[in-house]
Amino acid sequence: MVEVTLWGSLGAIAGGKSKVEIEAKDIRELFRKLAEQYPGFEPYIDRGIAVAIDGVIYRDTWSKELPQGAEIFLLPRLAGG
Amino acid sequence: MAGVAVSTTINGDNVEYLCQPDETLLDVLRDRLGLTGSKEGCGTGDCGACSIILDDRLVCSCLVLGAEAEGRRVETIEGMAHGDTLHPLQQKFLEHAALQCGICTPGFLIAAKDLLAKNPDPTEEEIRFGLAGNLCRCTGYDKIVRAVQDAASAMKGA
Amino acid sequence: MNFDPRYSTRSFASVGTRPIRPDGVDKVTGRARYGADFNMAGQLVGRVLRSPHAHATIRKIDTSKAEKLAGVKAVITAADLPDLTDGDAAMYDILDNCMARKKALYDGHAVAAVAAVDARTARQALKLIEVDYEVLPHVVDVDEAMKHTAPLLNDAIFTEGLEEKPTRPSNITKRTQFGHGDIHEGFGQADFVVERSFKTEQTHQGYIEPHACVASVSSDGTADLWVCTQGHFVYRQHCAQLLGMEASKLRVTSSEIGGGFGGKTHVWAEPVALALSRKAGRPVKLVMTRDEVFRASGPTSATSIDVRIGARKDGTITAAEATLRYSCGPYAGMWAEIGAMTAFACYRLENVRTVGYEVLVNRPKTAAYRAPSAPMAAFAVESAVDELAKEIGMDPVEFRIRNAAQEGTRSSYGPVYGPIGIGPTLEAAKNHPHMKVPLGKNQGRGMACGFWFNFGGQTCTDLNIGMDGSVSLAVGTVDVGGSRASLSLVAAEELGIAYEQVKAVVADTSSLGYNDMTDGSRGTFSSSMATISAARNAIKILRERAAQMWDIPVDDVVWEKGHTIAKGEKYGNLAALSLREIAAASGKTGGPIAGHSELVADGAGVSFATHICDIEVDPETGATRVLRYTVVQDAGKAVHPTYVEGQYQGGAAQGIGWALNEEYIYGKDGRLQNPGFLDYRIPVCSDLPMIDTQILEIPNPNHPYGVRGVGETSIVPPLAAIANAVSNAAGVRMTHIPMSPPRILAAIVAERGG
Repeated sequence: MVEVTLWGSLGAIAGGKSKVEIEAKDIRELFRKLAEQYPGFEPYIDRGIAVAIDGVIYRDTWSKELPQGAEIFLLPRLAGG
Repeated sequence: MAGVAVSTTINGDNVEYLCQPDETLLDVLRDRLGLTGSKEGCGTGDCGACSIILDDRLVCSCLVLGAEAEGRRVETIEGMAHGDTLHPLQQKFLEHAALQCGICTPGFLIAAKDLLAKNPDPTEEEIRFGLAGNLCRCTGYDKIVRAVQDAASAMKGA
Repeated sequence: MNFDPRYSTRSFASVGTRPIRPDGVDKVTGRARYGADFNMAGQLVGRVLRSPHAHATIRKIDTSKAEKLAGVKAVITAADLPDLTDGDAAMYDILDNCMARKKALYDGHAVAAVAAVDARTARQALKLIEVDYEVLPHVVDVDEAMKHTAPLLNDAIFTEGLEEKPTRPSNITKRTQFGHGDIHEGFGQADFVVERSFKTEQTHQGYIEPHACVASVSSDGTADLWVCTQGHFVYRQHCAQLLGMEASKLRVTSSEIGGGFGGKTHVWAEPVALALSRKAGRPVKLVMTRDEVFRASGPTSATSIDVRIGARKDGTITAAEATLRYSCGPYAGMWAEIGAMTAFACYRLENVRTVGYEVLVNRPKTAAYRAPSAPMAAFAVESAVDELAKEIGMDPVEFRIRNAAQEGTRSSYGPVYGPIGIGPTLEAAKNHPHMKVPLGKNQGRGMACGFWFNFGGQTCTDLNIGMDGSVSLAVGTVDVGGSRASLSLVAAEELGIAYEQVKAVVADTSSLGYNDMTDGSRGTFSSSMATISAARNAIKILRERAAQMWDIPVDDVVWEKGHTIAKGEKYGNLAALSLREIAAASGKTGGPIAGHSELVADGAGVSFATHICDIEVDPETGATRVLRYTVVQDAGKAVHPTYVEGQYQGGAAQGIGWALNEEYIYGKDGRLQNPGFLDYRIPVCSDLPMIDTQILEIPNPNHPYGVRGVGETSIVPPLAAIANAVSNAAGVRMTHIPMSPPRILAAIVAERGG
């Protein structure tokens, strides 16, 4: 079980929660279960969500493991210049 | 429209071409003669990327008609190095990393060459105003000014 | 492949030196080929017809007269680019932006295009195309567009991210929110509160090279595209999707790129050129004019931002809040969202909240511009921070040092920071000699901080070792400012050979695996990671080959300084084998030697900068002069320090132009009034002083050499640093960017009371 912190806009879709608990071992499983539990997340996941694990931002790595007790933070995926 | 026959000198070589009366010298250089070192950044004489020297005068080739080159001397970036020996300005631009993307570089080199021909020992301010007709969006001009200063010193010593 | 990207302390032989770039001679002799410098046999000239209206329904387009003109080989409209986007809203927007479908949404929106035998014929043909427009009311101002009474750009858009589902359409596409803590409680603890509203005008990246491409579609369905772009692999995907092609049949070659700064991350003309070529059956060259570049490509958001910050008497910030409204052009974007994430990223805050609104206006589609959205947010926040320091009676640098984020701080956008450089850049600025230079009359000093995330992403690199021992490095990120030099240095470092022995090239889309866009300052970070990985894979093969040559177990062979060494006393008489010697024997030991790498470069290190500047203001005219400018920024590790300095100086110069002069000016008719370098004036050489730089190196723990991105952060602080300097010089707080002479003069006159 990992605790996942949501950014403000995503929290509104999760019924005003800023944190959700998910049983997931890697980023792929996290996204799958988030979409199951919160169907409203799907367009956000399709558009791209980045996952910060202990402060390091991962954009594309599904296989990245989510260590127990790590700080896991979801962020919108960004465009740059 | 009937073409205009032009006979001119480009980088020391006699060149003849046919061009349209409304065709710019920049278009002639780039599209008819394959001299693509002169760049078009604006087409209105504001950016200096197409700078050439026409009879010892620095001009934007986008503001000169191809027909106007008749009987005159044109110097472009392609004629700046002698064989495989770079002009001191070219060498100093490389050493000082005075270019990033490099699109403005031919224009700057031609403008700097013209500046040093007329003022071999310019102050920083004279360099800055001398090159104010050339736009660079990458470097902030710092390294360009330093490269020109260094080239001026090298050319005096030579 | 097990590649460990973690940083470890090491000494460097090549990295950190300043050799001449490998593409240098071609660029000083005019030989380098940019977007418009390429030609194909039988090529036609493409030109685009653009809407003169800011907002208009396209009732009908009659191209028949243009088609009959001698020399015209193809005319296309949106009908020739059918919608193949299959519900992908972002791709549909790109398609609609390339060629307007039902409505023209801004002055300059493409509505038709022609391919003809020469430019004159193409221009004549454009005049023969008849477009029947129904002109609609328009809106270009971000605050006006948010009002209920504003003309709607798209009646299918309902604001996303609101607690209650909206019942009526709006120009606000999305509301986003970030932050933590309780700002009401925080403001309750404050002894001082500063609250202000700010505006910034729209600017353009201003690359000197206009967009240019040559497209050639064959009747067998294959195609070539030569183009100046920041991401040829992404262009391939987008063009293939929009034209219904298989990506592998479209080969995209990135030309030398004459500046991008984020503006060459989106397709505009390329799908149009391909569609023209497909219809005409001949190659088509399409080059934008400068007027088109301004009217139809690139610009950044115009913004309107409210900031409120509270602090205790001791100088501790107790709460911070911002509402940010960013224009997106006519299509949904995430520009305010990025602004909301970056706004307070420099600070350690218990209570912070930012809210962003994405706003549609009748202006060109907003594109990324160097650390997109961050400079405007930093302008508002850093102006308020300066004002708050003044109210408390603290030195602005000390005030920032006291509140600076550090390792372990929860960032205002969420995650907790690792090792970061905001504190060290502030300390360096405080101790910089610039701070001690005396100021004269009408002169002011300002400083400000800035933050940018930096990106990583998908990256693929090939490293091939020739029989003569020279190394070809093929990368898929575009070289926007010297990265072939820095990546050659990295390959030389890892292999232990000379820089001159390596030649780096940017490979086309058919020669290398997919690479993400060269954006987010990722070029050197990502491709150096892939280069290190590829070099390590090559070294493994080199060791195996040496083991064969010596006939000993590979485990006894180590790589050191460009040679294999047989480890252990029993091999005492075996002379080390150089890379050249191993390469020369490769034909007999198993064939070509190469190292490849395909990876997702994650863990880009966030980057911080502090800038200081001195400005003189003429109180009679409002004119300004930049006297001194200093950039202090964390690079993680400067691979080629001269080009790192160049990035710092270039970003600062762009920021200076934005702060003092550059802006899109629209007439009442919604038409852009200044689409040229004469009236949209970017800084020239005589406008600027030397720009001093100081590189700090706080290693990124997630890169083998500690590299962070360096390209973007330098444009974040200048707007605020200059605003603070001008405000100090003029004695009045400046709240509207650009601070052009009329705006400064008006502020001075108002302050004087009249």
